[in-house]
Amino acid sequence: MTTWLQQLGHSGIETCQKLGRSFLFLLHVLIRPPRLFKTFPLLIRELYSVGVLSLVIIIVSGIFIGMVVSLQGHHILIKFSAEQELGQLVALSVVRELGPVVTALLFAGRAGSALTAEIGLMKTTEQLDSMEMMGVDPLWKIISPRFWAGFITMPILAVIFSAVAIGGGYVVGVDWLGVDGGSFWSNMQSAVDFRLDVVNGIIKSVVFGIVVTWIAIYQGYDTVPTAEGVSRATTRTVVYSSLAILGLDFILTATMLGGW
Amino acid sequence: MAPDTPLVIVDNLSYQRDKRVIFDQVSLRIPRSKITAILGPSGTGKTTLLKLIGAKLKPTQGNVHVDGRNIHSLSRPDLYRFRERIGMLFQNGALFTHLSTFDNVAFPLREHTKLPESMIRDLVLMKLDAVGLRGAQALMPAELSGGMARRVALARAIALDPMLIMYDEPFTGQDPISMGVLIKLIRRMNDALDMTSIIVSHDVAETLSIADYVYVLANGKVVAEGTPSDLQHDTGPFVSQFMHGLPDGAVPFHYPANPFIHDLLGDNA
Repeated sequence: MTTWLQQLGHSGIETCQKLGRSFLFLLHVLIRPPRLFKTFPLLIRELYSVGVLSLVIIIVSGIFIGMVVSLQGHHILIKFSAEQELGQLVALSVVRELGPVVTALLFAGRAGSALTAEIGLMKTTEQLDSMEMMGVDPLWKIISPRFWAGFITMPILAVIFSAVAIGGGYVVGVDWLGVDGGSFWSNMQSAVDFRLDVVNGIIKSVVFGIVVTWIAIYQGYDTVPTAEGVSRATTRTVVYSSLAILGLDFILTATMLGGW
Repeated sequence: MAPDTPLVIVDNLSYQRDKRVIFDQVSLRIPRSKITAILGPSGTGKTTLLKLIGAKLKPTQGNVHVDGRNIHSLSRPDLYRFRERIGMLFQNGALFTHLSTFDNVAFPLREHTKLPESMIRDLVLMKLDAVGLRGAQALMPAELSGGMARRVALARAIALDPMLIMYDEPFTGQDPISMGVLIKLIRRMNDALDMTSIIVSHDVAETLSIADYVYVLANGKVVAEGTPSDLQHDTGPFVSQFMHGLPDGAVPFHYPANPFIHDLLGDNA
C-alpha cells in the first residue's frame, strides 16, 4: 500500500514537473516572436511545410465530410419533409464543430507528428546542441517559427475545410439528392450567425492550433534522443493532441453556448 | 589575460546525473595554444565534460573558467555571445541536414556577423579549402561520407576563428585515410590559427600523436596526467592497461557476476 502510494505520488510529481516545464517552454517561445529580417524567411518556409503541404489532406477530407453530413442529414430530414433545411444542417455542423475539430485532428496527424519527428531527430543528431554551442538559440531559430506557423495556419485550414465541406454538402444535397439550391443557400444564410457560429468556430481553431503546435514542438524538444524516443514522442504528440482537442472542444462549446 | 594563464580552468568540478556521480572533484588546466587530450574509457563522461566546459550543462559543484570568466555565472545572452568564441566538433558532425555544405559553414557567419554575402562566400570557400572540401560545397550532408561530414563540421567550427575548439571523439569510426586527414587538420588548424584545442577520445594512439598534454579520466576522477611520453611509460595498473589496450587488468575482462558454477547449476552447485 505504501509503495503504491509512493508510486502514485512520484508519478503525480513527475507529471506536474513535466507540465511546468512545458508551460515554461511555451513562455520562452512566446517571448521570441519572429523577427522581421532574421527569422521571417524561416516563418515563411514553415508556413509552407506546416500549412500548404497540409492542404491536400484538409481539402479531400473536407469534401468527403461535407458529402457524408449532407447524405446523412438528408436521410433524416426527408422523414420530416424538412430536406430544405439541409443547408442549415450542413453549415452549422461543419462551421461549429466538424471544421475546427476534424481539421485539428488531421493537423495533429499530418503537421504535428512531422514537427515532433523533425525536432526530435534534430535533437537526436545533436543539431540543436551544435546550434546552441555556436551561440545560436534554437528556440529562436527552430522552435519559434514552427510554433507561429502552426498558430497562423490552423484557423486558415479550418476555414478552408469548412468552405470545402459546405461545397461537398451542396454537391450531394442539391446536385444528387435534388434539394432546391435556393433553399439550401437561403436557409443556411438565415440560420448561420457570423458572430456566434463562424467566429466561435474560428476561435476554437485558434485554440486548437496553439495547443496542437505547442504539444508537437514540446514533445520534439523534450524527446529522449534515441530512435525509440523519437517514435514515442511522435505517438505522444498525436495521442495528447487528439485528446486535448476533443476535451477542449467540449469545454469551449459549453462556454460558447453559455452552458456553465 | 596573461598568455601563460591556462585558457580553461576546471576547479573541483562535480557532476551528478540521476544520483549517478559522473565527476567527483575534477580539476583540469587547459593551456593556451596547445592541444590537450582527455582520454578515458567509453562511458566516463568525456562528452559531458565538454558540455560542462561549454556551459551546456551546469555542474553540481565547482566551477569552470574560460578565458578568465566563470562560464556558468554568465547570463543567457552573455553566454550565447561568449560561445561565438568557442567551436565544438560533435561526434557525428551534427551538420544541419536541411542545409548544403556551403550553407552549413556559412551559418555561424550569417548569424553572428553583418558581413556582405560576397565576403561570407569568400570566407566559407577559404574554410572549406582549408579542410580540402571546396569542391563539395554544393553537396548536402546526406551525400557526404562520415569523414567528410566531420571535415565540414570542422570548417563550420572554425568559421568564426574561435579561441577554443573542442573535439568530441573526432576519430571514432573513421577509415585510416580519413583518420590521417583529421589528425593532420587538427594539428594544422591549432598551430595556424593559434587556437587552443581540447580533444576527448578513446583512440589512444591517434590522440597521443598530436596531443601536447593528456589527462586520463576514469570513474569520475583524473587518474593520470602528463605529456604523451610520460603516460606511455606510466606503470600504474589502470593507465598502462588503457594505454596499451590490454584486455584484462585493473578493469577486469568479466563484468561482476556470480560464480560461473552457481549460474550453471543453480542451487545444486
